[in-house]
Amino acid sequence: MTAPTTAGRGAEPQGPDAAWESPDPASDARPSEPAPASAEEERGPRGPGLGRIALLTLGLVAALVLVALVSVATGAYDIPLGDVINSVLHRAGLGGEPLDRVGESVLWDARLPRVVLAVLVGAALGCAGALMQGVFGNPLAEPGVIGISSGAAVGAVAAIAFGLDFLGNWTVTVFAFVAGLATVLLVYVLSRSDGRTEVVTLILTGIAVNAFAGALIGLCVFFADNAQITGITFWQLGSLSQATWPKVLAVLPCALAGLLIAPWYARRLDLLALGERPARHLGVDVERLRVVLILVTALLTASAVAMAGIITFVGLLVPHLLRMAAGPGHRFLLPGSALGGALVLVSADLVARTAAQPAELPLGVLTALIGSPFFFWLLRRTRRRQGGWA
Amino acid sequence: MIRFQGLRARTVEPPPPPAPGAVLAEAAGLAVRLGGRRVLDGVDLAVRAGEVLTLVGPNGAGKSTLLAALAADLASAEGGLLVDGRPAADWGARELAVRRAVLPQSSTLSFPFTVTEVVRMGRAPWAGTAAEDEDEAAVAEAMAATDVVAFADRPFSALSGGERARVALARVLAQRTGLLLLDEPTAALDLRHQEQVMRICRERAEAGRGVVVVLHDLGLAAAWADRAAVLHRGRVAALGAPEEVFTEGLLSEVYGHPVRVLLDPDTEAPLIVPERPAREAASGAGA
Repeated sequence: MTAPTTAGRGAEPQGPDAAWESPDPASDARPSEPAPASAEEERGPRGPGLGRIALLTLGLVAALVLVALVSVATGAYDIPLGDVINSVLHRAGLGGEPLDRVGESVLWDARLPRVVLAVLVGAALGCAGALMQGVFGNPLAEPGVIGISSGAAVGAVAAIAFGLDFLGNWTVTVFAFVAGLATVLLVYVLSRSDGRTEVVTLILTGIAVNAFAGALIGLCVFFADNAQITGITFWQLGSLSQATWPKVLAVLPCALAGLLIAPWYARRLDLLALGERPARHLGVDVERLRVVLILVTALLTASAVAMAGIITFVGLLVPHLLRMAAGPGHRFLLPGSALGGALVLVSADLVARTAAQPAELPLGVLTALIGSPFFFWLLRRTRRRQGGWA
Repeated sequence: MIRFQGLRARTVEPPPPPAPGAVLAEAAGLAVRLGGRRVLDGVDLAVRAGEVLTLVGPNGAGKSTLLAALAADLASAEGGLLVDGRPAADWGARELAVRRAVLPQSSTLSFPFTVTEVVRMGRAPWAGTAAEDEDEAAVAEAMAATDVVAFADRPFSALSGGERARVALARVLAQRTGLLLLDEPTAALDLRHQEQVMRICRERAEAGRGVVVVLHDLGLAAAWADRAAVLHRGRVAALGAPEEVFTEGLLSEVYGHPVRVLLDPDTEAPLIVPERPAREAASGAGA
């Protein structure tokens, strides 16, 4: 018993710690950068440390690239993978060959923006879920479950229903953001007492918020005309079918800002797991941390919702799986959840597009179909392990 | 921009080790009102480097509140609190964090971090300072001192109450601050670990730190503390060396129960025993 323990401890501190100590926050601020393999070799083999995290990151990136390529190539108009790569290389000015006119158009005007949007939305949702769980100190917090998504949806639906477009492409995004922010603040204020968020209160608050948001959306639908109602309904089910480059550009700054700011706070989120007071005792300005991260969460959720409608469970499923695989440290969890979220959403969108051709399944319906059973499993597992959530 | 106001950017000047006998924290006329009730009133107390100061008293006497006030947790406290010679309000969260460490009464953790990761959290305030080099040594030493090495890689949530308490203490020790504020560090512990924790307190004090420890066990307090403050209804009823302060009269009044003070035949330390009715020789144990 003693020997393996000592050996484990000897190796362990260099593991997650090497990443911990990096004084330059930018080094962990790039979600998609695979941890360098050289660092792995330098430090030699160890248990569930950096090696595993590097491997996981590498696997996620590889899977994401692969699924994205397959998704770009697949559809009603099949484009062979090789042609896709050729065309991309051509546009990047690295040789390659352009496709014929139809191929180019399908690839660049329909498929690529859609996949890019899926990556952005998925990354935003995954990262928002991990962030929110960290801020609330509660593994069940998720933009969909606690009602943030539907809050943001109210803003977006209102913008569609009343035909508002005074901010151009940004109108729906801005409306979703403002409504999402208001909802996060509301949920936060309502569900906290004595610096803690109890699961029951959080879930009940989510139910209330979802009900209220549902009523408001219903009201918007009531005032909308038929064309708008159709638009709202399909938008609400969640879909990336309307993806265009201007839309991608509209959501890009919000999502990117959120994704880049979030890892900055990883270490402080770790400390927050101890509770608010202990975190403060360790030098964290808890008030400011909370305010900033709530803003970031709203930013991420709103940009996702504004573009793709209500897509639930990505923010719950992805961080949970990653926590099981690589531990709860937010240095990996935040960028990892962004990667994982992107992977899940690109895959889900691929299935949504191709499973019932030529029709398209609503993406939100698909993620909920897969996500809900996972949620059940999670509840049962937690109950078995620790007697449920207190 | 937001990021530049963050924890990393504000460089913290690590304080020099406290001079022997220096006042680390000082409350003057401290009063705290919680929910309309005066929980603390007119408390004057100074914590010096090199001493173990224990706070004792019955439930609700204000021990934990006083500890929280000394930790600069209670912004609403009236009166003055100096930490390291400066008003507590003038220090930032991180400047306080390199000066005092606080062990809460109970420790919770939202996510399944391992024991080592939790202890390492104690080093967070020192990130970016020269003391960062001590991180590994401080963590290893704290874990050895509190006897938690054996479950270093287990998740915190899988530990028993007593094990969690020791891990929490290890985290606080790893912070290596001049002032340690411990709220009932022995409450969940068995006899051996209780003694061990108090020995750690003594060692830290002898190494020049100041240790404030809330205790329920008056015997432990008498055996290990340099000074004891007996709290009663939010006031300091007595302050001094345990053998002077722990008198039958005072303790009986404060606790509302007759108390006897005996002397340990070997060490002369006071042993505090509540007066109990004599038992019939029922179980055949003593009589």
